[in-house]
Amino acid sequence: VTSVLGRRAGVAPTRLADEDLDRLLLIRRFEEQLLELFAAGQVSGTTHTCLGQEYVPVALEALLDPNDYVFSNHRGHGHYLARFRDVNGLLAEILGREGAVCNGVGGSQHVLRGRFVSTGVQGESLPVAVGTALHLKRHDPAAIAVAYVGDGTWGEGGVYEALNMAKLWSVPLVVVVENNGIAQSTPTRLHMAGSVAGRTAAFGIDHLLVSSTDVNLVRRQADAPVRKVRQGAGPLVVEFETVRLGPHSKGDDTRDRDEVHSLQQHDWCGAYEKAFPEQFASAAAGQTAVLAAAVADVLARPPSSWRHL
Amino acid sequence: VTKADRIADNLNAGLHALLAKDDSVYFLGEDISDPYGGAFSVSKGLSSRFRGRVLSTPLSENAIMGVANGLALAGDKVIVEVMFGDFALLAADQLVNFAAKSVSMYGTRRAMPVIVRCPVGGGRGYGPTHSQSVQKHFIGVPDLAVYELTPFHDCLALLEEMLAREEPCLLFEDKKLYGARRWDTAGDELFRFGFAGAGFGQAWLAGAPPDESDCVVISTGGTAPLVLEAMRTLFLRDEIQCRLLVPARLHPFDLESIEPVLAACGRVVVVEESVAGGTWGAEVAARIYDRLWPELRSQVGLVHSRSSVIPAAPHLERDVLVQADTVCARVREAVRD
Repeated sequence: VTSVLGRRAGVAPTRLADEDLDRLLLIRRFEEQLLELFAAGQVSGTTHTCLGQEYVPVALEALLDPNDYVFSNHRGHGHYLARFRDVNGLLAEILGREGAVCNGVGGSQHVLRGRFVSTGVQGESLPVAVGTALHLKRHDPAAIAVAYVGDGTWGEGGVYEALNMAKLWSVPLVVVVENNGIAQSTPTRLHMAGSVAGRTAAFGIDHLLVSSTDVNLVRRQADAPVRKVRQGAGPLVVEFETVRLGPHSKGDDTRDRDEVHSLQQHDWCGAYEKAFPEQFASAAAGQTAVLAAAVADVLARPPSSWRHL
Repeated sequence: VTKADRIADNLNAGLHALLAKDDSVYFLGEDISDPYGGAFSVSKGLSSRFRGRVLSTPLSENAIMGVANGLALAGDKVIVEVMFGDFALLAADQLVNFAAKSVSMYGTRRAMPVIVRCPVGGGRGYGPTHSQSVQKHFIGVPDLAVYELTPFHDCLALLEEMLAREEPCLLFEDKKLYGARRWDTAGDELFRFGFAGAGFGQAWLAGAPPDESDCVVISTGGTAPLVLEAMRTLFLRDEIQCRLLVPARLHPFDLESIEPVLAACGRVVVVEESVAGGTWGAEVAARIYDRLWPELRSQVGLVHSRSSVIPAAPHLERDVLVQADTVCARVREAVRD
């Protein structure tokens, strides 16, 4: 991963549409705000931020239709916000306040809204996504199922059971691998023999490697392969070589400062700010204000209520 | 007794009727396609008749259950056949952590109509990993109902009841029942037969009214035949009148509708094939003590298999598994108290 990231460093970003930049920064500010709220003791339980990976769902969401299913995971705030922009609903869910997407029952890792589903057990969503894709194939042939997983997820046997069935039954499934080089505290080289590409090839499933962090370029690269899935070509694995800039959950980053610092060189955000300072400053100010208003709003709400039927 | 169809045939007919009636029902499992039709031939004819909705899968219990969950999430209804109930443990994550939790963990009730059929039990010499009664491992999971096939309940009605719950349901099927014939008449020379409460509840068999019965035996569907054998022996040799209750739903257990019967008799024995420790019977007994302590005339008797793996050799297996003699002995003890 390092070598690929190294190759990528220094490539100048292209100018993004304001809407995309807003979405990227909305997610960035959301996650930063959440860590601050944690530090201030305002959040219970745990949470997993996607700092550094925001561009993955922002790039992909534009290739998706509202009828597509999205299966998210423990690190799913970016996936949700890329789809719905619903900062207040998600924040209320995490803080257990009124107006929470799932009444505060699911919390950070278990969110269901329309055709968006997240759950917290690694490797659990892929077989489920195969089932939903099977349903789509029969009833809604223009739609696809997209499942976000990490590199660590590939240790789970369910992943292979699911890939096998996905290919056998040729279901419209896109598996998005956010390979950030680390599973909680374990580097990929210590938890994965071979590679995602090799494992995917073993099932005869197409594999697309995405090294760019540029939303425009990612879309250009993924557009045709995703369209192919939609047209009935069967499953696809899209592997993003990405970075996790923050801790696994909160305050549990065991990587040394130099390593995290070197990863920051590959953060889309700093590079973009340098390339387009004015657009960035304006968008950042806007999204910072959105988050500040959302936090004030949600913190003023009463606790959520839930009646278990 | 006039007896009806073989239980495996009744179940097969129920599955056919359900898939014919409702286009949204899928059936998934290993080796279920024709001409094989499942390891116990219960799914015969389904794959030929309902193409595209009856899918033979790879050996992947985890993902089979996951696919069922994904279909259910998208609005379908699914029946999964697990070849041996022992393998349900391979599907436990999808069943417990996804299917059951999805019903409520997203803050509003979400329908997850999935039935997981699991052939269980010993007596066939299949050995330790193909003979267990794993029902007890799934008791007490919120939004996960546990059913068991009985010689009395009609399978189509049972399947429909489970789907109507809109939550995942395990249906345990004692392999020894498949070849047996179902009871569907008013009774025989010793026992009358009916269903408790209105409609489709617990089956009961008895030779006397509750207040003239010496003991109520609550049994799983799988052990009902051996309890009936014990009841005959107890009546003919010991003049002990037992009243048998067989719920199709083990959990949540419907105690309320049988409380008057238990209270009138005052002696209760619970029978199952599961091995000792953390049993369904212990759960039932705890609820009975909680509700009926003042009415009880003796301790609730728990009859189950020994705490052991299920051996393959028939003589060793017999020694471990619950038998009619075990039931007789425990009922005599309860009646003596």
